Amino acid sequence: MSATAPLTWRLARVRETVDETPTARTLVLDVPGWRGHRAGQHVDVRLTAEDGYQAQRSFSIASAPESDAVALTVERIDDGEVSPYLAGDVRAGDELELRGPIGGPFTWSVDDGGPLLLLAGGSGLVPLMAMLRHRAAHASTIETRALISVRRPADAIYRAELLAIGPREGLDIRWTYTRSPAPEPGGWSGRVSAAMLAELGPPPAVAPRVFVCGPTGFVEHAATLLVDAGHDPLRIRTERFGPT
Amino acid sequence: MPPISRGFRGRRPDVDPSRLPPGQYLTRDFPVLSYGPTPHTPLDQWSFTIDGAVDAAASWDWEQLTALPAENFTVDIHCVTKWSKLDTTWTGVSLDTLLESVDSEAEYATAWSDGGYTTNVPLADLTDGQAWVVYAFDGEPLEPEHGGPARLLVPHLYFWKSAKWVRGLSLTLDDEPGFWEVNGYHDYGDPWREQRYQGD
Repeated sequence: MSATAPLTWRLARVRETVDETPTARTLVLDVPGWRGHRAGQHVDVRLTAEDGYQAQRSFSIASAPESDAVALTVERIDDGEVSPYLAGDVRAGDELELRGPIGGPFTWSVDDGGPLLLLAGGSGLVPLMAMLRHRAAHASTIETRALISVRRPADAIYRAELLAIGPREGLDIRWTYTRSPAPEPGGWSGRVSAAMLAELGPPPAVAPRVFVCGPTGFVEHAATLLVDAGHDPLRIRTERFGPT
Repeated sequence: MPPISRGFRGRRPDVDPSRLPPGQYLTRDFPVLSYGPTPHTPLDQWSFTIDGAVDAAASWDWEQLTALPAENFTVDIHCVTKWSKLDTTWTGVSLDTLLESVDSEAEYATAWSDGGYTTNVPLADLTDGQAWVVYAFDGEPLEPEHGGPARLLVPHLYFWKSAKWVRGLSLTLDDEPGFWEVNGYHDYGDPWREQRYQGD
């Protein structure tokens, strides 16, 4: 077994906060000593109350490894313990404790190659966004398809940035709206379906690397559609978001 | 000293704090975590096998395993992603019962599952009433997303050691890290010592 240095808690300072949607906020963090990460990894964040009580949770990294800051996007869950604080109370200049990066199977780098298929439910887009940003940072033309399921256009995080980077060579990013018609051409309405996946591609025959992230119901549904369509289960990586 | 998170109050658990390992929070839900699609192996193609460093392998099909003496028990479970769930009730077969069928000098076991998952556990942590192959939760058949038809249950270690969709144990003389253990997670995973990641 390889000896590995412990993942120590580091002090992160909030450089800025960015409201992505009415319920999701990005924290852009300066983390002195950060050793870099792979797209798709997450960190643990620890908060400490005045009386010493602590709470820690995991959050996916939204920024590309090439970024000079670590960005986390937090969806506020109203009855959550940690997310209302991070997505509501935190201000630029605040300090947080953080350790990571963590996670190996749910990561991708341009060196891994493609084709790539990314399926996101709601804020499950966060780790997939790190992959898309990493791909863009390398001006990669690796064949990449992404489908993002949200309730309504106003719930779609990173929408302006994604509309700005796509479509271009090798990249096709689509949204489906479960409670609204699609405002943009190429968009869909309704739950992710076999027909949407067939139209989007890449087909199982070219054995894409598939990453699926979102709430459990979304992940179970999407992964089942993929397996039924003939994708190799071993090429499908999943990550599920729970309320925190 | 960690920095005080200005304005953070937190939500103190409404249980005896001695039941929550460090860094854990209480949940009443049953979150689901897995790194790939949920497998659906038909029961007539299911078996549980103990092999590896054994004199002779032992195997049970679904009918044979569920015909073995079962235990109903209630335990607390602790996931490395920070949630803990108290007083969960399971039904299954003690690994003491299953391991009686093999002779071995092994000191470790690698549990393996449909879908390719593996996790390593010292054999000493699987015996003496500490581990089970369970097939019911709260008196109902275990749902596929929670590891059904059967999963390993080793409640005194972080829950990734309780392999979902378990199909067998491969006994080994040496410790052989499993899926998460080669991906930065702790080799042993004791929640009370907060052994989440390598080096903890």
